[in-house]
Amino acid sequence: MPVSVDHSRLIYDALKACGVGLVSALPETWLVHLIRMAEDDPEMVLVRLAKEEEGVGVSAGAYLAGTKSAMLMQNHGFLAAVNGIVSCAQLYRIPLLMLISHRGEFGERDPWQTEGGGVTEHVLQALRIPFAYLDHPDHVTHRIRKAQTLAYSANKPVALLLCRDLMWEEAS
Amino acid sequence: MLRLDALKAVYDRLQDRVVITIMGAVAAELQAIGHRPNFFYLQHAMGLASSMGLGVALTRPELSVIVFDGDGSILMNLGGLTTLARYCPRNLVHVVFDNESLLSVGGFPTATSTGSDIAGMAKAAGIPRTATVSTLDEFVRTFDEALSSRELSTIVAKVDAKGPAGFVTDLALLENRFEFQRWLRKSAPNGTSHPKP
Repeated sequence: MPVSVDHSRLIYDALKACGVGLVSALPETWLVHLIRMAEDDPEMVLVRLAKEEEGVGVSAGAYLAGTKSAMLMQNHGFLAAVNGIVSCAQLYRIPLLMLISHRGEFGERDPWQTEGGGVTEHVLQALRIPFAYLDHPDHVTHRIRKAQTLAYSANKPVALLLCRDLMWEEAS
Repeated sequence: MLRLDALKAVYDRLQDRVVITIMGAVAAELQAIGHRPNFFYLQHAMGLASSMGLGVALTRPELSVIVFDGDGSILMNLGGLTTLARYCPRNLVHVVFDNESLLSVGGFPTATSTGSDIAGMAKAAGIPRTATVSTLDEFVRTFDEALSSRELSTIVAKVDAKGPAGFVTDLALLENRFEFQRWLRKSAPNGTSHPKP
């Protein structure tokens, strides 16, 4: 599977450096290594979800109780979590650090992923969620740190879109 | 059984525990009995009260967490029962007040009115202790047993579809959220464990 282990490690280490102590996740291809890293890390609480919206509640509870968290999801999972993001995290000014695999963009071969890609940024904009792209290893660490800094200073959700150029190593 | 009577009957057990409720009658009635800084009312995001309870319970195992849920809310997050069961926090008691209706939006019947069994679904999801109770005595006994068992429990309390005259209270949502966060911070083992980026 050509998902980049090295870049997944870079992302995971950046989350750890930011003090993230809980990760919620719903598996998808690009996230497999990240989820395994969380699973193998005795210091990390990994919550495997049935649906991404649950992760908003889990992160909100963890945050109020004093633990920083991150949510790993596909963009279709982000779309499935929108009500929780609006009516829990935004209504109650809860910081969320969402790492969203940005499927359905240029290079996508799976026909079923192609609708979500085209709407993800528009939905983020409509929700006024600040976001940035992780598409090159050079900026992974500082963008994750800066995204988390804004989430906590503004008390609001922020998103990082995990892009094909970072996550996928297939030469094509 | 009236939900208000059930809440009154166990109110003294809530003193030093984390309490998370759903919106609507549960929130309004608990506030009418007496708000405390360790009570958080999730006034929207139906379905996520149990997920918030899981987030608190997993990250603060020294605390006892109680979620007051409802049939309409948990029916929106049945998958969450499997997540609760998967991580099975010993410090979480999940109470579902089942009035078989969406009371605050006109009383339309939910699927529990036609036989869907929430305790049965919780049990099948893997939650170790489940019960359905329909009298006040039974509720109090089951609630106390759940607290002392130190096992994840889902208690479905069948209650009348009766609630307060209004659902808006004078406790602002954000006031509640910051007060609740401060209470959790003060109750941290070292008193200072709240994260700063």
